[in-house]
Amino acid sequence: MSESDAVAGRLVRPFALTGGRTRPSRACFTLIATVTAVDPPPERAPRPQPEQARILRRCARPVAVAELAALLDLPVSVVVIMLCDLLEAGLITVHPPHPVTDRTLDLDLLQKVRDGLGRL
Amino acid sequence: MAGSEASAAETPAAPDTVKILIAGGFGVGKTTMVGSVSEIVPLRTEEPLTMAGLGVDDLAGIERKKATTVALDFGRITINDRLVLYLFGTPGQQRFWFMWNDLAVGALGAVVLFDVRRPEASFAAVDFFERRGIPFVVGVNGFDGAHPYPPEEIRDSLALPEGVPVVLCDARERESSRDVLITLLDLLIASAVGGTGSA
Ligand SMILES: Nc1nc2c(ncn2[C@@H]2O[C@H](COP(=O)(O)OP(=O)(O)OP(=O)(O)O)[C@@H](O)[C@H]2O)c(=O)[nH]1
Ligand SMILES: [Mg+2]
Repeated sequence: MSESDAVAGRLVRPFALTGGRTRPSRACFTLIATVTAVDPPPERAPRPQPEQARILRRCARPVAVAELAALLDLPVSVVVIMLCDLLEAGLITVHPPHPVTDRTLDLDLLQKVRDGLGRL
Repeated sequence: MAGSEASAAETPAAPDTVKILIAGGFGVGKTTMVGSVSEIVPLRTEEPLTMAGLGVDDLAGIERKKATTVALDFGRITINDRLVLYLFGTPGQQRFWFMWNDLAVGALGAVVLFDVRRPEASFAAVDFFERRGIPFVVGVNGFDGAHPYPPEEIRDSLALPEGVPVVLCDARERESSRDVLITLLDLLIASAVGGTGSA
């Protein structure tokens, strides 16, 4: 039960993230949003174009949008347009960055970053 | 569906990501600092100027105008398996500063780097973060390790707001760059704990 829920969750997630709109917004893909290929791809997904397949191979594991662009040697703006199509096709999921505003700067997060730097 | 669970389990969960900007004027050592603390060789993306920051909705015209691009370089520090910090070196030339607005969204804070020999190059960067209320520390990059001015003198000459730390550093040195970042985190932690400046 929980496993099939997890699978279903992976499939619906892109649409959930875009608030139910069918056309995902490019605003999802900030530089440090991480994208991950959906594996296996949903059964009804369209066959990826060669450029899309290249992206999917690069995000078999979670990778930040900026890193993806650098690895593919493409402008971020171009990669983002392609990621929108992949998201719409259900072929990737996107994980937004940790939210940061004046109000949400949580101590726990800051302390973790501080400790991580201390270990360098 | 049956075969899908195994591979689903193999895909690691996406980590949370945060970012810090390394800012300052042209040639003050931003890329050098990113490179000295990053766990990867700094990565670079080139954005065509026709698209950067504009709401372009399709790929038409991308092949043209290859010449004018703005480069963005960045590094990565893995804090733990759930949390990754990215460092973005902001483009130094003033004409590229429109990108700073986008970059600043969602940043924890910033390091404004100064070249001790020509401090005026980073005045505008201080203004930028001050105006937007983004927490920052000043890193004084002593080229060739020379630090002719004490931090207090630099603070006065910059008319820095109270509470903005000034750190002498060498952007080429990992420990030195790390300490600048730690100073920023301590500032953020102090203000998160203290609320309105009691820290
Ligand atoms: N001697 C010395 N050279 C440095 C130091 N920091 C940076 N440099 C050199 O100064 C030059 C400029 O450094 P960068 O790190 O590229 O500066 P930047 O701020 O990224 O420059 P832009 O992105 O073009 O604005 C490079 O040749 C560096 O090797 C330093 O502390 N000492
Ligand atoms: Mg640079």
